[in-house]
Amino acid sequence: MEWETVIGLEIHAQLSTKSKIFSSASTEFGQAPNSQACAVDLGLPGVLPVLNVEAVNKAIKFGLAVNAHINQRNIFDRKNYFYPDLPKGYQISQMDLPIVGEGEIEITVGDNTKVVGVTRAHLEEDAGKSVHDMFNEYTAVDLNRAGTPLLEIVSEPDMRSAKEAVAYAKKIHALVQYIGICDGNMQEGSFRCDANVSLRPMGQEKLGTRAELKNINSFKFLERAINLEVERQQDILEEGGQVVQETRLYDAVKHETRSMRSKEEANDYRYFPDPDLLPVEITDELMALIKSSLPELPVEKKARFIAELGLNEYDADVLTSQKSLADYFEIMLKNNQDNAKLCANWVMGELSAMLNKNQLEIEQSLVSAQDLSQLIVRIGDDTISGKIAKDVFKAMWEGEGSADQIIESKGLKQMTDTGAIEAIVDEIIANNSPQVEQFKSGNEKILGFFVGQAMKVTQGKANPKLLNQLLRDKLS
Amino acid sequence: MSLSEEQVTQIAYLARLTLSDAELKDNTKDLNAILGLAEQLGAIETDDIEPMAHPLHMTQRLRADVVTEQDHSDLFQSIAPKTGNKHYLVPTVIE
Repeated sequence: MEWETVIGLEIHAQLSTKSKIFSSASTEFGQAPNSQACAVDLGLPGVLPVLNVEAVNKAIKFGLAVNAHINQRNIFDRKNYFYPDLPKGYQISQMDLPIVGEGEIEITVGDNTKVVGVTRAHLEEDAGKSVHDMFNEYTAVDLNRAGTPLLEIVSEPDMRSAKEAVAYAKKIHALVQYIGICDGNMQEGSFRCDANVSLRPMGQEKLGTRAELKNINSFKFLERAINLEVERQQDILEEGGQVVQETRLYDAVKHETRSMRSKEEANDYRYFPDPDLLPVEITDELMALIKSSLPELPVEKKARFIAELGLNEYDADVLTSQKSLADYFEIMLKNNQDNAKLCANWVMGELSAMLNKNQLEIEQSLVSAQDLSQLIVRIGDDTISGKIAKDVFKAMWEGEGSADQIIESKGLKQMTDTGAIEAIVDEIIANNSPQVEQFKSGNEKILGFFVGQAMKVTQGKANPKLLNQLLRDKLS
Repeated sequence: MSLSEEQVTQIAYLARLTLSDAELKDNTKDLNAILGLAEQLGAIETDDIEPMAHPLHMTQRLRADVVTEQDHSDLFQSIAPKTGNKHYLVPTVIE
């Protein structure tokens, strides 16, 4: 039987506020254990949560960015369950009236573009962190993270493959960084994905039984975990079995998913409105203010790159896929208004390759956008050829100086002296008569041989355009 | 609506309460009496009434995003049953 995969994602984006969602304790990452867990975060008797205005503003920002309905009256509920890293015995979350209602986002996989529905996004507090391998007989609990504001973004079950799920997750990841509500750091857990995966016979409308995959902390693992789960469910279904609704933990080391039995019985969370918190009301004025403060969104930036810079769809898509990448590219553009395509090629080509090779993110690039833009200027004004520029770039990466310094100190300036190049061309033609014959008998490809010879003599410094022109003139 | 003893057992489990047989019977009876009281609301037409989320007719005041809390972890941990390496320690949780 042919099966259709159905995937919905729940994304937890940590909102980049200074203080926690309901207390004035710091949210800074990596501090001494429990040094940032105050009485409110610990759930000590007599404390009262007070909502952080920035958490509300950032949630609204997200809602507006995905064209969602904003519930201008929204309510906090208690989600009840027991776990050592949840000191109150409940998590403050939003159930019936979340701050962000239905919205949508467009994703692209290969040549296909589709719209994925955002069901809702709600504010909630994060739990603490349990460390299981610090002591033999104990689980150690660090509550610094308890009370950190999260926006849980729930999608419709609109995705049909692991690739689509990754495309959606990346789109949301880019968006939250663009609008400055989340730093997107997956290693530090600022952006986490859970995937609901089910299969159904192709053509059937009713959804199959789903499993929820947790503990996925990279896009690569998201794709792997979903594909693994699809295989597992397909095996069960094809043997006539039934998929059990459960939570499964992805283990990246063993490359397997396994059942988390502890979660099954806790499924009844007995939500009820939190009496400590009053309903939140969002005024029209605040909505308008936040709307006017929204920066250019990725989809708008992409359209502008195509319309104003003349980039193709693919380049524009790649360059806007990450805010940091788009920022880098736009800094380069300042000095290279007329060479947008060249800048794009360099960012997506040489720079990306170098970053990949050194396993660095663009923020960690050893060559700044400003410095790389100077190199592009020198290609643009014919000081150096594109080929020589690659060597200059390597030297810049090695810290040998700016583009101009390296061009100067290594004597890499392009030869544009027609007379000098002509002399070299004459000599090469005189010394290679068999190849000259071949060219004359119609072998156009042999021209490359002459170019190569000339470049060898000039150590790559001959202006390629000039050289080609001279060679053609002389040979024919 | 009324609750069975099985349902009350489940609720007790979720709340981590151990009930004796007698307590189970008593609690079931009491809870059903409370539900019976609430059931009187069924006699009232509530279709056009927005559910109340809070008894006070006020809206939530918001706090500025400013860090004012200091580190009082030593004080907080002094009342914890067990601590180590600045962590709160609990019996091993097995996943």
